[in-house]
Amino acid sequence: MNRKNMVIALAGNPNSGKTTIFNALTGARQHVGNYPGVTVERREGRLKYKDHEMTIIDLPGTYGLSAYSPDEVVARQVIVEEKLDLLVNIVDASNLERNLYLTMQLKELEVPLILVLNMADVAERNQVKINYELLAQLLGVPVIRAVGSKNEGIYDILEAVVNYSSHQPGSRERQVRYRPEIENELMRLQGELPIVKTAAQEAAAQTDSLASTSLPSRWQLIKLLENDRELIRQTSANTDGQNIVSKATESRARLAKVLGEEPEIALVEDRYAYIRGICREACQRSALDKATLTEKFDNILLNRILGIPIFLGFMWLLFQLTFTLGSPPMEWIDAGVASLGDWLNAHMAEGMVRSLLVDGIVGGVGGVIVFMPNILLLFLGIAFLEGTGYMARAAFVMDQVMHKAGLHGKSFVPMLIGFGCSVPAIMATRTLENPRDRLVTMLVTPLMSCGARLPVYSLLIAAFFPTQMGGNVLFSIYMLGILMAIIMAKVFRTWLLPGDTEPFVMELPTYQLPTIKSILIHMWERTWLYLKKAGTIILAVSIIMWALFSFPAQDSQGEEWETPTVALENSYAGQLGRFIEPVFNPLGFDWKTSVALVAGMGAKEVVVSTLGTLYSIEDTDALAEEEAEATTGFAERAREQSGYSPLIAYVLMVFTLLYVPCMASIAVMKRETNTWKWPLFTIGYTIVLAWAVSFLVYRGGLLLGLGV
Amino acid sequence: MTRTLKDLAPGDSARIKFVSGNGSIRRRIVEMGLVPGVELTMERYAPLGDPVEIKSQGFHLSLRKVEADTIFLESIDGGE
Repeated sequence: MNRKNMVIALAGNPNSGKTTIFNALTGARQHVGNYPGVTVERREGRLKYKDHEMTIIDLPGTYGLSAYSPDEVVARQVIVEEKLDLLVNIVDASNLERNLYLTMQLKELEVPLILVLNMADVAERNQVKINYELLAQLLGVPVIRAVGSKNEGIYDILEAVVNYSSHQPGSRERQVRYRPEIENELMRLQGELPIVKTAAQEAAAQTDSLASTSLPSRWQLIKLLENDRELIRQTSANTDGQNIVSKATESRARLAKVLGEEPEIALVEDRYAYIRGICREACQRSALDKATLTEKFDNILLNRILGIPIFLGFMWLLFQLTFTLGSPPMEWIDAGVASLGDWLNAHMAEGMVRSLLVDGIVGGVGGVIVFMPNILLLFLGIAFLEGTGYMARAAFVMDQVMHKAGLHGKSFVPMLIGFGCSVPAIMATRTLENPRDRLVTMLVTPLMSCGARLPVYSLLIAAFFPTQMGGNVLFSIYMLGILMAIIMAKVFRTWLLPGDTEPFVMELPTYQLPTIKSILIHMWERTWLYLKKAGTIILAVSIIMWALFSFPAQDSQGEEWETPTVALENSYAGQLGRFIEPVFNPLGFDWKTSVALVAGMGAKEVVVSTLGTLYSIEDTDALAEEEAEATTGFAERAREQSGYSPLIAYVLMVFTLLYVPCMASIAVMKRETNTWKWPLFTIGYTIVLAWAVSFLVYRGGLLLGLGV
Repeated sequence: MTRTLKDLAPGDSARIKFVSGNGSIRRRIVEMGLVPGVELTMERYAPLGDPVEIKSQGFHLSLRKVEADTIFLESIDGGE
């Protein structure tokens, strides 16, 4: 192929190592966005090889090309609509039969195709011998051996891409031949097809739908025989299309009668029969069936007795490490932010601008960036769990519990990601196919304590609890979040959204050591989401909060306030805080905390930065006599000024954990459900839940005499 | 006596006779390669008893017992 600019898409099963190959090809030159209208991630990268500029699209991982999940619909649309120059199908060589199922469907789409047998080393270790040349001949596509995690075969893929010739022998012929009954119906429908093509062209003039591009007719007809919702919807756009759809429906009825089977199942069986034929010729599996490394690992990790303790241990380790390992760099950043504030104070004239810079911007955003090390480490841990393949095991181990709560083992994955950030977690719910399962998961995911809430806990724990208790206090908060999520899920599933749960058919992928590159890219992507939030929403909220705290700057007579404390009490924020204080009084919170919690509805980190702004404003009062005070850590100031007991600090953590997810997650939820109903419902129920649980904890604590 | 995947003890192998059930759940199972004639091995039950893990054609799949009960089996030497 001698085009200068090429568009190439990578297709493949989940766990086929597709993203590893994508990362190896494009490195850091990639961009993650969203497909319009759906929340499937669109990952795109660029690379230059020889004289070619290549745009590479990493399609969502799919097992087939039916229209069950948004992922499959998107993958199909990209292949059909985006005028690809080439499609690279990444398959797991150690699991060839199942992976070739997608390949055979891609072949039916009649796009230029290259097959990459990834994880070839695993296959070879498992004694699977593959005859690459024969396989290429049988499939009519170039076949390349690769080990993405070791960078093997990447160069070969690029060579194959630039040398691809559309005159590949057998590229069109080598397609699945179905049983005669099905082929007959396809032939019969073929006769109707010229009309469809005209209809498609007609549609092309008007809309940009799937039908507008020249689909291979055979593929289209097969999909109609499969009763593919999406294609039926698109084909029925006009009368000619409706005609072929009704003809196809007749064919389906005839087939069902002759075969005594639903045609779509027969089609699947025939594809697998065809694949088995190919594999029998081109692959040799040694009879020796010894346990693979993955099986040995699973014998321990999924052990009936050890499975759950190991799972809980991993979770505990993840959070202990995040907290312990994260604290030294946290202290450095804290010191850096404090000295930046000092430097500005020393070098700028006193006034509104300095106040805005130091108290609003540096104080607000700085207070968020301080906790970056924790968040990075948390995402690093989650990326590692995902990359190794343990995440699917976690779903396997936890499914029974999740199922009892009316959720799905897969719900565990978004909920676990929810520990990092609710935004990608809500996006991750799209792996759930049943809309009810998905919605319930989405509603309770914000109860999992996200990274943005960590600063609040860290601050309060550092200020109110002895260091050796810190880990345990934090662990109890996380556990409370999980418990509440399970209870609420059960409540929602029973009364709000009753109905069947989704089937649990999930692959347990081969364990692998993820490449450092993959982990870093993954970690960076998610951290970037958090940072963008810190940079935009949190900065905006910080400035608004600063203004609420600083104005009105004068009393009704136009006089300056006597002391900053009076100024604070009379500021808009102070008025608001005192106005809602009665609501928070039963929980032991004062008006400052009330204000911070209102501010935290925008983003949870802002609870910290608001408290910080509050304290640094008061500090300007005490700054003259207490020079050193301004440089002491954030945590110490909080303890000295708020006068809270550990119990109230704990209740504040509980409230922060449970109430209103941040604006970013509300926005994502709105986009995912395409209505304001569910995000608004979430805001409402979380406030009620947070208040009720906080009340119980506070009053219970007082009864137990913990209020000292 | 008809046997389903649910009745298979860990470590035992059998061949798929047919997959019952309906609609998209059934198609999902079949699309994952669990078509009639394919051999599978019960690997284990989850620590809490459900779901189960099977191995078939070199890959590992987990299913709930409800779904496993829709997969009818015959022994590899041909019997029920």
